[in-house]
Amino acid sequence: MPYTAKIKVTLRQSILDVQGKAVEHALKNLGYGTVESARIGKYIEVTINEQDQLQAERIANEISQKLLSNPVMENYSFELEPVK
Amino acid sequence: MADVLVGVVVFPGSNCDHDTEYAVASFDGLRPVMLWHNEHDLKGAQAIILPGGFSYGDYLRAGSIARFSPIMQEVIEFARKGFPVLGICNGFQVLLESGLLEGALSRNRDKKFLCCQTNIRPVNCSTIFTTRYKEDDVLTIPIAHGEGNYFAPSEVIESLEEHDQIVFKYTDAAGEVTDAANPNGSLKNIAGIINRQGNVLGLMPHPERASEKLLGSLDGRPLFESLYQHILGS
Repeated sequence: MPYTAKIKVTLRQSILDVQGKAVEHALKNLGYGTVESARIGKYIEVTINEQDQLQAERIANEISQKLLSNPVMENYSFELEPVK
Repeated sequence: MADVLVGVVVFPGSNCDHDTEYAVASFDGLRPVMLWHNEHDLKGAQAIILPGGFSYGDYLRAGSIARFSPIMQEVIEFARKGFPVLGICNGFQVLLESGLLEGALSRNRDKKFLCCQTNIRPVNCSTIFTTRYKEDDVLTIPIAHGEGNYFAPSEVIESLEEHDQIVFKYTDAAGEVTDAANPNGSLKNIAGIINRQGNVLGLMPHPERASEKLLGSLDGRPLFESLYQHILGS
């Protein structure tokens, strides 16, 4: 059964997220005084045609490191779900 | 003597490829040769330029997809052998994504896409790309980017400084490195860096757009002249 890797890529905390800042200011302007911060990341769904979960996990890790994120400024995490 | 061939890589979305071709062709002794991203043949080029633009639409991250194109596998090999590779703007982003240079470029500090003249200073004039400059030269060279905010972990910055790998810095008109003269928020006002080996240079400003009087500046020309001199001498 194939798996879907639901991959999140986020900017590292030390990197200024100018998009997130703009959104944060907009939310505050809308009157949401309790909003403290907003940070924008990417969400990527990749379907992997592998029967073995461990193998699918290995591929999800590898593609996240190799292409989907830039380790100099981003972190990634993912969840793996069997395709129904 | 035969012309020196300079390869200009064309990715889908490159938009300074023809400016670069035009600038290279304006030097006696240099001849541009265009290299399509899907090819593996460097066509005898003795130096390679990765031009500016939006390779692959800048999808995912600027330069991230171009880095895996067929031609880049050859360019990476070419660079590792010590041949000159120059990345301008998006080309700089591709070099960072390729790991040929260290660090990353993120969104400009003030969120704007910047298209304007900047002042930069060549702070290392002993590289193969900068011998025709002097360290107190204040150059006028345009930038045009949305993601030119150079970042690297502090240990990388220290190492770049220790090995004189910072080549260009943004300055004011008097040549002072100030925060007000920093257009995009780059650490240490970094506008361009070179690899440790000294053959791969990446910079955000566009020397090819400062190579003709009509365009307002000739300050990009010494970069190409330095490269030409280097190739003739090697």
